[in-house]
Amino acid sequence: MRISFKDWVKSGSPWIWLNAGAVAISVMLVLGLVAIIAVRGLAHFWPAELQESLATDLQGQQRMQLGEVVEVEQVTAEQLRGAGYEVHADSDFLNRQLMKVGNRDIYGFDFRWVLQRDLQDISYPPYAVAMERREWGNFYGYLLGITENGELLGEQERGENHLWEEAQKRIDRAVDIYWEIHALEKQDIGAINYELEQLRLEERRLELEGEDTPENLARLEAERQKWDQEYQALLQRLNALNEDFSRDSFLMETTDGYKLEIGLEEVVRAYQPNNMNLFQQIGHYFDKVWEFVSEDPREANTEGGIFPAIFGTVLMVLIMSVIVTPFGVMAAVYLREYAKQGFLTRTIRIAVNNLAGVPSIVYGVFGLGFFVYFVGGNLDEIFYPEALPAPTFGTPGLMWASLTLALLTLPVVIVATEEGLSRIPRSVREGSLALGATKAETLWRVVLPMASPAMMTGVILAVARAAGEVAPLMLVGVVKLAPNLPLDGNAPFLHLDRQFMHLGFHIYDVGFQSPNVEAARPLVYATALMLVAVIASLNLAAIAIRNRLREKFRALDM
Amino acid sequence: MKTASSTLERELNSPKTQRRRKYRHLGDGLTRYGIATGGIGVIVAISLIFFYLLYEVFPLFQDAEIEESNHYSLQGEAAEGRTLRLVAEEQNEVFARITDSGQVHFIQVADGQSLGSHSLPLGADQTITSVSPGLPGDDILALGLNDGRVLLVEFSFGVEFDAQGERIGVRPEMTFPLGDETLILDPEGRPLQDVSRQVGRNGFILGGIVDQGEPLVLKLATRTNMITGQTQVTPQPAQLPARHAYQQLLFSEDHIYTYAVRTDGWMDVYNTRRLREPELMQQVRLVPDTQEVTAVRFQLGSDSLLIGDSQGRITQWMLARNSDGERELTAIRRLELGDHPIAAIEPEHRRKGLVAVDTQGRVGIYNTTAENKVIDAQLLEAAPQAVAISPRASMLLLQAADGSFVTFDVDNPHPEASAKALWGKVWYEGYDQPEYIWQSSGASNDYEPKFSITPLALGTLKAAFYAMLLSVPLAICGAMYTAYFMAPAVRKKVKPVIELMEALPTVILGFFAGLFLAPFFELHLPGIFALLVLMPLGLLAFGYAWSQLPDRIRFLVPDGWHVLLLFPVVMLIGWFSFAASQPLEVFFFDGDIRNWLTNDLGITYDQRNSIVVGFAMGFAVIPTIYSIAEDALFGVPKSLSHGSLALGATAWQTLVRVILPTASPGIFSAVMIGMGRAVGETMIVLMATGNTPIMNFNIFEGMRTLAANIAVEMGESAVDSSHYRILFLAALVLFGFTFVVNTLAELVRQRLRKKYSTL
Repeated sequence: MRISFKDWVKSGSPWIWLNAGAVAISVMLVLGLVAIIAVRGLAHFWPAELQESLATDLQGQQRMQLGEVVEVEQVTAEQLRGAGYEVHADSDFLNRQLMKVGNRDIYGFDFRWVLQRDLQDISYPPYAVAMERREWGNFYGYLLGITENGELLGEQERGENHLWEEAQKRIDRAVDIYWEIHALEKQDIGAINYELEQLRLEERRLELEGEDTPENLARLEAERQKWDQEYQALLQRLNALNEDFSRDSFLMETTDGYKLEIGLEEVVRAYQPNNMNLFQQIGHYFDKVWEFVSEDPREANTEGGIFPAIFGTVLMVLIMSVIVTPFGVMAAVYLREYAKQGFLTRTIRIAVNNLAGVPSIVYGVFGLGFFVYFVGGNLDEIFYPEALPAPTFGTPGLMWASLTLALLTLPVVIVATEEGLSRIPRSVREGSLALGATKAETLWRVVLPMASPAMMTGVILAVARAAGEVAPLMLVGVVKLAPNLPLDGNAPFLHLDRQFMHLGFHIYDVGFQSPNVEAARPLVYATALMLVAVIASLNLAAIAIRNRLREKFRALDM
Repeated sequence: MKTASSTLERELNSPKTQRRRKYRHLGDGLTRYGIATGGIGVIVAISLIFFYLLYEVFPLFQDAEIEESNHYSLQGEAAEGRTLRLVAEEQNEVFARITDSGQVHFIQVADGQSLGSHSLPLGADQTITSVSPGLPGDDILALGLNDGRVLLVEFSFGVEFDAQGERIGVRPEMTFPLGDETLILDPEGRPLQDVSRQVGRNGFILGGIVDQGEPLVLKLATRTNMITGQTQVTPQPAQLPARHAYQQLLFSEDHIYTYAVRTDGWMDVYNTRRLREPELMQQVRLVPDTQEVTAVRFQLGSDSLLIGDSQGRITQWMLARNSDGERELTAIRRLELGDHPIAAIEPEHRRKGLVAVDTQGRVGIYNTTAENKVIDAQLLEAAPQAVAISPRASMLLLQAADGSFVTFDVDNPHPEASAKALWGKVWYEGYDQPEYIWQSSGASNDYEPKFSITPLALGTLKAAFYAMLLSVPLAICGAMYTAYFMAPAVRKKVKPVIELMEALPTVILGFFAGLFLAPFFELHLPGIFALLVLMPLGLLAFGYAWSQLPDRIRFLVPDGWHVLLLFPVVMLIGWFSFAASQPLEVFFFDGDIRNWLTNDLGITYDQRNSIVVGFAMGFAVIPTIYSIAEDALFGVPKSLSHGSLALGATAWQTLVRVILPTASPGIFSAVMIGMGRAVGETMIVLMATGNTPIMNFNIFEGMRTLAANIAVEMGESAVDSSHYRILFLAALVLFGFTFVVNTLAELVRQRLRKKYSTL
């Protein structure tokens, strides 16, 4: 049965379709966002092909270029004319591509926009090498030779590849030495430095307390000597390793003919993306993913991994949940079970509820003023006078960040727990009391176990919220690059006064404060994906736990 | 039977059970009090936030205090002569007194003890006839002598430490920046009735008044030899036309403008860029006709003049461009102090503040930016002989008419804060009209901080407005469909997906907006407008097309599942709009819409603009509004809709006429809560806009919001400074706003719930 347009409008269907459209748009927005982040974040680790071509620049000069094609976009001819390009009058659109050409030490930049019409002789040479370095970003070019202690071991022309296997072996060796040096510096020497700093503080403490007697000072001096000796021994080992480390180097050539020598101490890995089969590509992919989640960042956070940020986020959230759970539950139990239900309780309940809507930056301001400057400043004066004027707790740090976020998420836990408590039927409580249990016993044995799913949900939601919060953390303890993890092998192991790195802040910092945003962009997407995954799974876990435990107690819901 | 009950009774009262009962009772009490303490403690801790913010903000609006600390007369040699000038130092421990007989006495503030007297290198018959007012922030004085010569003297006060690092005290020092030779200002050797000086990048400039108000100018170009360290001085005398009788000369810091105060209440402003040919720019009447100019000083920074008159008013004058674009001396604000002539004006050294004293000994302390009178007190009985304020503005030193010295402790930490400075239009130095500006810090000490919260508040509302523009229609329409038309099975899936949006950290939305949307929108600007038009049209077209399909196809999709059909449609329209963007750009805007906006419409375009923010923040707010509105709509009792449908209304009529009005308070509260969230959102705005505090609603420009401003500036503001407290005030405003809005929304919701339960 066809209906006329007039009847169709009269029936209200157009409006219903528009409403349905709103739902569809909202859902598409969420899915689209997650999809874009996922695609861009995951694609970064795939070994991109290296494109070689002869490019003509604005001045009409021609040179070879080699690099990854990052993106291609269409622009109008008019905009290009505005930028100084000569564009034929009847072409309206042109494609331009962003090339990652690397070799920042040689070119001064690693990215370059080129018009596709300016490229000739495009090819994908199989033996082009992409080399990740500890400094100056990636190198793209060709391997010409290998030297050991300055002596040339082998040479090859462009288009030959017999040195490649040997080169890989030598890179593996250098990387092994790198980790040995890393362990030595971070753990052994780091521990000695920490001990020496503790000795310095102790000396100052003795001085402040007026107990800097010669015996005490001599004891400290003896200890210092001991550490110094150990340090010297380690230093010798370190020097030997360092010498070994810089034994080999490669002779490389860029595509436009610039030759240079790259020491292997600079090389993280080298690969020939155009010469890889599928398995090698997959292997490379997981290698890079593992590096991303397990290693420290390099090059002002634009390369390497995000392990310290993951670690900092998790640790902060853990400490926060340890604080927020008992207090949140206690407040909820008080409000629901003990406080007299009246106007005041109702007001408090609304107020607590609304605190969840107070902007998080306000909590940050409070945390900075109250915790850091007021409480921390006073703690320093009482307990750490020896370190002054360098603050110990009077500066942003892990403890204050956790406390601030605990305060921020307190309403979430209180509201969720209260809701759970209110769901427990009166009859259950009355039954327990009628059997002679005291109120406390009823609470401990009956009410709280039954409310545990709600508490759990509250805590998980609190954790999910805290993990994604950045604004308050910027004020109370997060830094772009922390020299040490807040948890290490030096007593007291957990350093609550240290500043830490955080996934959310990492995104902000790398994406917006980094000197080389273009290079950092893929990493930002990957980090964002990581954060979305963590938070989405926490939320899903909360929902799952709630449903499961609700099933369990369903029989009681009468 | 009896035995059994008595056994039970015995058992119940046995010492063991009694102990146990006591123990249980104790446990019960402990739990009760423990939980009560904990619970109340948590509630107190939460309310602490509010009180702490208030506690930090409160001092901003506290009155300044002034209290007399010492009062004494000097003894012996130090008491001789007439005081020409007093110089105070930072620690408030020592001051210098310069007398007309050429003596400098250093005196301890606390008790008036002399720390030493020094004679200035003057000849036997030379006496000091005038002293230039010091400039705020440096203590170089020019002394005018009775033979037309000038001596420059500089005071410095360093804190001295002994070998152990213990503080000894303040050590005053007197040096002569141009050597202890006097300079000739008046070649004819007449006594200098007034002398003034200005220091600039390449030397000094001196001005003097001799005879019947004849002005004299001497420029001293100094060059320091890098090798020998010697300073070479090249004097360049200059002559201002002696058209009128002058009482004082003042020079701008760049030596371009010379302000000559006439004895008849007028001022002549000269352009002295070329010193030999001064050019009269303007003659301006400084005071009303019957009044006289009684005191003239530069405000800190030498950009504006403070003019005291015989009616007890202080007027601030400044060169500003008038409507013809010419620089003109303009009165920018007027401060009042009683009815008696102003005897002295002393600007503060590090803030735009000043002390004024009238002839009756009434003292006023002001801040010019905030137009704030922080202190008004009758401290003396008559005009003081001399006035000085210490560099930190924490001590006021007066020499009373009887020659005794009085010092006052001034506690004036936040004169910059006044309702007008924070919220109103202020005429700042260097601007041509009053404006709303937030610019909290500058490079130098004499920078005038601009603390107008108005542009930030407006930016906050602007961001929230554009976010609501996107989110309110989408969220409410979506909620209406979900609650009323959608099949339960679909609803069960769709609702969590949209609510997942709420859990997405805003830093991710912000980064996405800043790094992806901003450049994408810039490249596809026409596409966005195409999308706005095409999306509803496309949906309607699809809906109509669907209704025209044969029943056999239409019935394949059960009621409430239609939304699934729309997913591909939405995607297609979205793709088409952006794909058509560049052809549209070429067709309508000559291929460059940004150019067209800027050149043809005169609209500024920023890459990170309100569209981007509105989109990203709208995205963040949609789930909040959607979820609450959907709950309200879904909660409307079914009996109402059934009744309406039974009476023959269509589904749409039922929704609009019955359900929507019933649930409208709930929808209202959803919008309020969404608004609260948009107002306080920090990361999205921080990352998706340029964070420029501007005062307009241009959709192609960004904004700076209160929250983002706190995030940017909090870390770098000095603890307990005015800036720090004003940032706390911004936090308090945010807190108050969201708290009130949320509470209102919550109350509305509770009433609605009650209403539903009675229906």
